[in-house]
Amino acid sequence: MLLALPMVLSSYLVTVFVLIFFYAYLGQAWNIVGGYAGQLSAGHAAFVGVGAYAAAVLSLSAGLTPWVGMFVGGTVAAVLGGFIGFLGFRFGLRGFYFVLLTVAFAEMCRIVANNLEWIGGAVGLYITFTGNPWQFQFQDSRAYYYIALGLMVAATAVAAAIERRRFGVYLSAIREDEGAAEAVGVPTFRYKMFAMIVSSFLTGVGGTFYAFYLFSLQPNTVFGIPLSVEIIIRPIVGGAGTLFGPIVGSFILSPLAELTRFYFAAGGGWAGVHLIVYGVLLVVVVLFFPQGAVPWLRRLLRTQA
Amino acid sequence: MLDVSGLDKHFGGLHAVKNLSFTVGEREIVGLIGPNGAGKTTVFGLLSGFLRPDAGQVIFRGRSITGLPPHRVNALGLARTFQIVRPFPHLTVLRNVTVGALGRHAAPAAATQRALAVLNEVGLAAKRDQPAASLTLAERKRLELARALATEPTLLLLDEVMAGLNATETERIVDLVGAINRRGVAVLLIEHVMRAVMSLSQRIVVLNYGELIAEGRPEAVANDPRVIEAYLGTASA
Repeated sequence: MLLALPMVLSSYLVTVFVLIFFYAYLGQAWNIVGGYAGQLSAGHAAFVGVGAYAAAVLSLSAGLTPWVGMFVGGTVAAVLGGFIGFLGFRFGLRGFYFVLLTVAFAEMCRIVANNLEWIGGAVGLYITFTGNPWQFQFQDSRAYYYIALGLMVAATAVAAAIERRRFGVYLSAIREDEGAAEAVGVPTFRYKMFAMIVSSFLTGVGGTFYAFYLFSLQPNTVFGIPLSVEIIIRPIVGGAGTLFGPIVGSFILSPLAELTRFYFAAGGGWAGVHLIVYGVLLVVVVLFFPQGAVPWLRRLLRTQA
Repeated sequence: MLDVSGLDKHFGGLHAVKNLSFTVGEREIVGLIGPNGAGKTTVFGLLSGFLRPDAGQVIFRGRSITGLPPHRVNALGLARTFQIVRPFPHLTVLRNVTVGALGRHAAPAAATQRALAVLNEVGLAAKRDQPAASLTLAERKRLELARALATEPTLLLLDEVMAGLNATETERIVDLVGAINRRGVAVLLIEHVMRAVMSLSQRIVVLNYGELIAEGRPEAVANDPRVIEAYLGTASA
């Protein structure tokens, strides 16, 4: 059904679906370390950013196709994720302290990118549109729809594979009680590192899509805290640590973000109202559906049956 | 199988464990007793890798495990339970035990089979699909034991698995620990329920202020004047 949808949708609605799929993808990537393993990274924009910059710089300066660059970007992001994870997990940073560490790294990336002239500094990078698919550019915007859908499906397949294996069981034990997990033989450091590396790799791959869908990269947006919030909030609203949480969360929030942006920001002077809506929604979720929409829907269906 | 020598641990100004040496033999049940604050749980922390000793050595089945992280200690066959039980609250009872079984059976299907067998043994099979958070205290204590058993240890450290249980529930745990031991698993047991320790243990180690004050057969230890003094104080005091 999702495959046939672009045939009947207006180009604006295709854009909305691209955002739904893409943010579901980023949310699913975050879900592996933040949801399943319960390690709250609030700096995942850092991985989008380094992935985006790596692919864009390689494409602009060396002519490397983003189809390869996306994996280079993912690898660079995974190295950064591994480094942040090592610092955090090796020294036992938990809860708020881990959150602060991840935010600090994203901010450092933002400041560094702002000051590196050879990657465009504060102005950022602009990609000229050529419509060449080899350069990840498409005349028909429906191509982005299928790529974003493919990314979302691929990340969900990765999460499903993790869930079924020992990896997934261990991650959920770590989230529940790390000390108890250690006591029954779970190498918690190693598995948290795996989760962080897989998550940052996938997020870095998403960076390529981000850069080549928007044709531009600015340090303050791609490394900014608002993007990290966008990544986290969908799986939390949908149900962190559940397979379909990030997708359900994105189907709820991405259209909402688009609507509020469209109606309020277009009128002028109302920019940022969607952030207030997010805030209110987050409060509602925390108060009434603390485990997110998916576990709540599951319970609802069970009591109906 | 377990050989502890010269174990020492300070917490700031508190000397929690002082130059402690004792052994646990193959298939033996040893009781570790002492008044509150004697350092028993600290000893478990030191043996299982959760705490690093300031001095001393722990030899388990011929190799030093001093300073190894807890998951490594567990993989070598030494499993512990926690005095304040620590189930994975949102996971089902079966999942809780499966986590323990995955160390020896990497395939989830095999680990689940193993976990089911353990749940049958401890009498929790009927609760297998409930979240651990919904269990009663007595059930949680058995879950704690089941999770440790699922790691297939050769030495089991049990930290007050009977505390807070009624007489019938205590009886069940005593029988269970006896049955586990008859399968060849050695047990080191911290317990305040004296009848249970006395009936289960072949040997008892008594700690007071972090020091070993007596060691021997249950009846000998129970009549040792130093032990009576540690628990009740001296007549002149």
